[in-house]
Amino acid sequence: MKITLNGETRAVSGPTVQDALDQQGLGGAKIATALNGAFLPAASRAATMLKDGDALEVVAPMQGG
Amino acid sequence: MPQFYGTTVDSPLMLGTALYPSPAIMAQAFRAANAGIATVSLRREGGAGQDFHRLIKELAIPVLPNTAGCHSVREAVTTAQMARELFDTPWIKLEVIRDDDTLCPDVIALVEAARLLSDDGFQVFPYCTEDLSVCGRLLDAGCQVLMPWGAPIGSGRGLNNPYGLRSLRAHFPDVPLVVDAGIGLPSHAAQAMELGFDAVLLNTAVAKAGDPVAMARAMALAIEAGQLAHAANPIETRDMAAPSTPLFGMAVLG
Repeated sequence: MKITLNGETRAVSGPTVQDALDQQGLGGAKIATALNGAFLPAASRAATMLKDGDALEVVAPMQGG
Repeated sequence: MPQFYGTTVDSPLMLGTALYPSPAIMAQAFRAANAGIATVSLRREGGAGQDFHRLIKELAIPVLPNTAGCHSVREAVTTAQMARELFDTPWIKLEVIRDDDTLCPDVIALVEAARLLSDDGFQVFPYCTEDLSVCGRLLDAGCQVLMPWGAPIGSGRGLNNPYGLRSLRAHFPDVPLVVDAGIGLPSHAAQAMELGFDAVLLNTAVAKAGDPVAMARAMALAIEAGQLAHAANPIETRDMAAPSTPLFGMAVLG
């Protein structure tokens, strides 16, 4: 299926969000996620199924003021 | 030392982590400032986030994540939720911006987001204006600290409205108050503390100085001076001169 990952179209096999993160090499990273604009807690990633056209945001700690 | 939501922090200087020439200089600036809190953000993971996370942990001070760049309640709330999980803290520096030229807070959306987040267990540090009504609404929404701007973010203009900030201090004597944004010089930071503010939050003034480490130290000294001065109960200003040297006993010579 095709999803949007941080604004870029990506082909992922899924089927869960955690699977997609693993496939992108982000499985063990210090990240937080939002699916279609809503916060997706880490504990829910393995039980959340992706579908074609989903928008997944993956964020990490960054500099800020 | 300032207390926020029951946590005493070691210094009234809250320092941002952005815009430094290098991570090493950032870390040196934090040590030179003896900063009490580090502000951070979260952005799309492009590979740099993991190193930055390690760097922040090495500072070994409380972290205050922000919602910088958010323009809507929904964006800010979702960002706060992600920040809480990522940084393992209920603290959130809540920014909701409407105008990109001034980065002036959208105070209507800010109050709404503050209420939603407070009800959800967050401890909200709202980046706000010095308006008494807005600040009152933020307290009603559950905020236990207020962070009015001194001037627009990154402008270095200092305290644009000392009268308004003094009024805010007088109006809410028991609420922790932080001047957030607009500081350019140590004298600005000292002025905020002289007004009785509990802390100062700054970033650009240190990070973009020619020597960030020296400026960090200068800010820390100014904040300490301002804090001591406030506690020492400064004199009132007056329009006319008042001689400090006694007139009594002066020799008659003319």
